[in-house]
Amino acid sequence: MTRFFVPGDAAAVSVGADEVAAALTGQPGVEVVRTGSRGMLWLEPLVEVDTADGRVGFANVSPGQVGALLADATSVCSREPTASAGPAPEADHPAYLGPLDEHPWMTRQARLTTARLGVVDPADPDDYARHGGWVGLRRALGMAPEAVVEEVVASGLRGRGGAGFPAGVKWRTVAGAPGPLKFVTINADEGDSGTFADRMLMEGDPFALIEGMAITAWAVGASEGYVFIRSEYPHAIATMRRAVETARTGGWLGPDILGSGLAFDVEVRVGAGAYICGEETSMLSTIEGRRGEVRAKPPIPALSGLFGRPTVVNNVLTVAAVPSILADGPEAYAAHGVDRSRGTQVFQLAGNVARGGLVEVDFGITLRDLVEGFGGGTRSGRPVRAVQVGGPLGAYVPADRLDVPLAYEAMADAGFMLGHGGVVVFDDTVDMGRMARFAMEFCAKESCGKCTPCRIGSQRGVETIDRLVAGGTESDRRANLALLQDLCTTMERGSLCAMGGLTPMPVRSALTYFPEDFGLSADGEPR
Amino acid sequence: MVEMTRVDAVREIAAGYAAQRGPLLPVLHAVQDRFGAIERGDLVAVADVLNLSIADVHGVMTFFHDFRAAPPPTHVVAICRGEACQSVGAERLMADVRADLQEASDVEVHEVFCLGNCALGPSGTVDGRLFGHLTASRVGASLPGRSS
Repeated sequence: MTRFFVPGDAAAVSVGADEVAAALTGQPGVEVVRTGSRGMLWLEPLVEVDTADGRVGFANVSPGQVGALLADATSVCSREPTASAGPAPEADHPAYLGPLDEHPWMTRQARLTTARLGVVDPADPDDYARHGGWVGLRRALGMAPEAVVEEVVASGLRGRGGAGFPAGVKWRTVAGAPGPLKFVTINADEGDSGTFADRMLMEGDPFALIEGMAITAWAVGASEGYVFIRSEYPHAIATMRRAVETARTGGWLGPDILGSGLAFDVEVRVGAGAYICGEETSMLSTIEGRRGEVRAKPPIPALSGLFGRPTVVNNVLTVAAVPSILADGPEAYAAHGVDRSRGTQVFQLAGNVARGGLVEVDFGITLRDLVEGFGGGTRSGRPVRAVQVGGPLGAYVPADRLDVPLAYEAMADAGFMLGHGGVVVFDDTVDMGRMARFAMEFCAKESCGKCTPCRIGSQRGVETIDRLVAGGTESDRRANLALLQDLCTTMERGSLCAMGGLTPMPVRSALTYFPEDFGLSADGEPR
Repeated sequence: MVEMTRVDAVREIAAGYAAQRGPLLPVLHAVQDRFGAIERGDLVAVADVLNLSIADVHGVMTFFHDFRAAPPPTHVVAICRGEACQSVGAERLMADVRADLQEASDVEVHEVFCLGNCALGPSGTVDGRLFGHLTASRVGASLPGRSS
């Protein structure tokens, strides 16, 4: 039997991976394994084949190429890789990539959290174990919970959901909070445009998240866990639910995990199409069965979170990084990165980019290296004009500022935001006045409505940008610009959560770096 | 056997989740999965079984975009308008799809903000199936029994 690995990842499926898998299934001598995706998304459907020399890849495979693929798969050892990207030289033969572990796009990465993505079978906990899984959990269960917390503190791991709060410090607070019932909740409401790493990890390596949750539960003394996944992610929901069942059956979840006495179980909860549920208190309200409205802090969720109990709220990637920290030691993780941005960041290259996908590298890489080196510039072939980093609430970085290093501190110092590591590329056809307007429109549509600056300010923002762009007399435009800046300040200072508080960031960066798109002169004055 | 009424079925669904912590969202999802919508009578039944006020259930249901009070038409097309998809022409795609389908009473076209397929945009779903590199003609071809 020859084993073929076809991604079941939603992105791969969106460009035909299911059809390729169907065409391969049932061919004589063929076994099809549905993996996650390696993250080389521009090459999907990317099929790998087990050969005598290891796994080799074929890019952009279509169902009609399966016959040629079967022939090629038995003779690839004698071939040179034909292409690193793009269509195959012969239409009926898929492009041969060689071993993906040796592909330059992969060898330049530091895959810690995403090491198994696209490699393992996400339905098979034993395959997970063969690739280093469950080692961190076993080690953690042999340690005192306080020692586990301190290892995570020492690793320097910070929350990957965008805010960057030190994970170990949060855990320490939950561990120290009194009470018999504590929760571990995973924020998998990955609603930011340009981000998909949470989804890919859940679809491609779900046991890493489960293992990380069990370690978290041991560390803080929690007995129940929830993974809150947005409804737009049906593939991730199905994969996580299946993995939770499997883990329960195998003793990695349940009343006595691996014979340690740790009782911890996990339930997958599904959102219902509200962006704001990615805000932690909104997520907690939603799990409780209430409107997803943001709550004022304090009290912080670590002390009074889900159902008023001490609660860990962490992003998928934060908790999925924990098994490797426990397995390899905090020093190994902290050896990556710069300043207080320790470890790696899973960047997501998206939008108008030639080679889009998932790039896990040390903090400190420049935005230019990511967009041009990994991304190969725009997909359209036109010049890059702006890059939005950190999701819809992140700044638009102009093309002449791409040398900024991607780390929490360096980005903040430059007036930008690293956020969740989503990177969306725009070419020179983008109208930044429209994008600024969209930021306000999005906020108006998705605001939970609890606080006035966000609910009303965003709507007034849309109207004010419309008036500003429409022109009028110089004094009209001066007044509208002043009003817009004033609105932004009110939203920044007066909003309850990051949605209203950060919506001004894309708006102000657009005004600062692209004033001409608002009919303003280069120094931001009406002209 | 007597066929179960809708109210009985909704009550049974709600009762099945009642022992969970925070059962309301899972119940609303299950009711909509079963009937395609959450109608007024469903709200009343859910509120009764979960010992909530009707206003509470109504408030939760109407907060979330996914829940609908009337079933969708035969086909549902969702086009992503997130920034990443806009950078590769989502606004144009949305306009084209709406223009193509404006006469089609059995198709609903709506916007969605991010399907997590941001490297292969424009993205969208047709009857729940996710497509990358989506075009208006692909939308048309993916609607069974329609030509556009």
